[in-house]
Amino acid sequence: MDITLFIAAAIKIGVFIGITMTFVSICVIFERRFSAIIQDRVGPNRTMVPLSILGFKKDFALPIGGLTQPVADGLKFILKEDFTPSYVRTVFFWLAPVLVVVPALLTMAVVPFGSPMEFGDTVIPMAVADLNVGPLFIFAIASLSVYGITLAGWASNSKYPFFGGVRACAQMISYEIALGLSIIPVLMFFGTLNLGHIVEYQVANGWLLLPFWGEGLSLQRWLLLIPLGISFVIFTTSIFAETNRMPFDLPECETELVGGYHTEYSSMKFALFFMGEYAAMVVGSALIVTLFFGGWSIGFGIDGLLPTGAWWVSLLHIGCFLTKVTVFILFFILVRWTIPRFRYDQLMNLGWIVFFEAALINVFIAALVVALPSIGFMGFVIGFIILLIASVLLIMIAKGATKKPSATAV
Amino acid sequence: MDTIAFYLFAILAVTGGIFLVAFRNPVSSALAMVLSFVGLAGLFIGLNAYFVGIVQILVYAGAIMVLFIFIIMLLDLNDEKPVKFKSSTILAGVVIPLLLVAQVLGVIQSNNTGDAGEFVKIDASTMAESAKAYPEDSAIYKSLAHEKTPKLPDTNLIGHSIFNSYNFPLQIMGALLLVATIGVVVLSKRSAKRAPTES
Repeated sequence: MDITLFIAAAIKIGVFIGITMTFVSICVIFERRFSAIIQDRVGPNRTMVPLSILGFKKDFALPIGGLTQPVADGLKFILKEDFTPSYVRTVFFWLAPVLVVVPALLTMAVVPFGSPMEFGDTVIPMAVADLNVGPLFIFAIASLSVYGITLAGWASNSKYPFFGGVRACAQMISYEIALGLSIIPVLMFFGTLNLGHIVEYQVANGWLLLPFWGEGLSLQRWLLLIPLGISFVIFTTSIFAETNRMPFDLPECETELVGGYHTEYSSMKFALFFMGEYAAMVVGSALIVTLFFGGWSIGFGIDGLLPTGAWWVSLLHIGCFLTKVTVFILFFILVRWTIPRFRYDQLMNLGWIVFFEAALINVFIAALVVALPSIGFMGFVIGFIILLIASVLLIMIAKGATKKPSATAV
Repeated sequence: MDTIAFYLFAILAVTGGIFLVAFRNPVSSALAMVLSFVGLAGLFIGLNAYFVGIVQILVYAGAIMVLFIFIIMLLDLNDEKPVKFKSSTILAGVVIPLLLVAQVLGVIQSNNTGDAGEFVKIDASTMAESAKAYPEDSAIYKSLAHEKTPKLPDTNLIGHSIFNSYNFPLQIMGALLLVATIGVVVLSKRSAKRAPTES
């Protein structure tokens, strides 16, 4: 039995890393085609298999509308000259891209891709590691990826990459706080840190943001949608900031910093930064789907009708999960090509003053609603009034903090 | 398997510690410290303390050391120059580790004389046994006494003992941290106000 689990773990590691890497490359083509649609262009749609270099008369176009583009991109990156400038700190310069990619791929380990498969007596969960501290594991490992970006900026030993690295460092620390606080109402509701159990709960009782089926649909559950909705907004926005995606991509802001922290990088080392960013995006989407949109569950009570543990049901659930993740990746891309970049002080204000305070108040709102059955209606009203006063005070302090000194003098 | 993992992470932690002292470059030293923390977290996880291990990475490696590196980079510290040590510093550096070694040896000695019986191996039967101390509808009971896959709910257990046995110390610690935070704000605000008058 131990051997079965061991082999299963090895297969899962291979398959899930494969899926993630495939998604990373698909993300690139999605990004290019989707941005083309938004900007009313065509985009790369006719990448061909270059048979002409082998002596054939014509190149061969596969009828899949440019889906071979990622292969061409990858080949280009591998075949380009790998140039290391003479003035860099070599060890860290080589270490940095690795430190970006590895944490992003490691975090995939705790995400449940599908419902558990049953082989005889052995139940195999469709996550590499079915940990009891799932979201914390993801935050912990993801917080290590900041080293890669910061070191890249520092090791490049030139001005603009350094600015990019320092910006990335400050930005990721700031938004980690909002990220961690925003998820607390969700964890309070589920009462568990195991992502597998979180998804199973959502299968039975409705997705976190769409509680339309299952038992336990009550006034309290609907009231909870308010704090959970706020959580969702803060969490998603913070994921954007953590992955250095467009509205918050100041570390690589090309109008100010040339290329930001990866200015000095070329060829495959540069591609590793790209892969790290997209892998972080895939993991972020997977986490949002798992926490807020039912993970692998098909939803609307359909999961209950399917037999548990059959292999085809597991595969169906994996497909469902990947579809949802794709939808969120498309959402990430849509936002990138729609919203202009923030200014750096706006970014910091948004993180420290708006999101931090909103997430903090949100925790107490959620606690109040969760405690509703035990404190009764009167307790709820009293608690609500106290919370309201505290929130107003907090917002006033926050407003005072943002006020510029010159504004008071005038 | 567990033993291999233990030695792997132990070597990682010790190597990180040695590099931390040996490297001259502050950034290298800070990264070596991160390595050491990761090794330490691995050791915690090997002891079934997933929560402590993950928090070790999240707080120390992911937040505190990032701030360290941020400050090192902002101040642009150069390589440490070799310092001439006073004899008193060297003496302290020898005596304090020796005391630590003596204590570790003492603990090992006392365990060999029979205290080791206190340790209980964590498996399905011992977990089901200890589950009886908790109410049947609690998350801890459900996890410990699960028929198919019993697991040690270390996060819930930590929460349970913090909020039941150590609630008051927790509040005091929270107040302490708040005081420290306010202190930092007051100190940094004061220097900002004084700066224009001095110049």
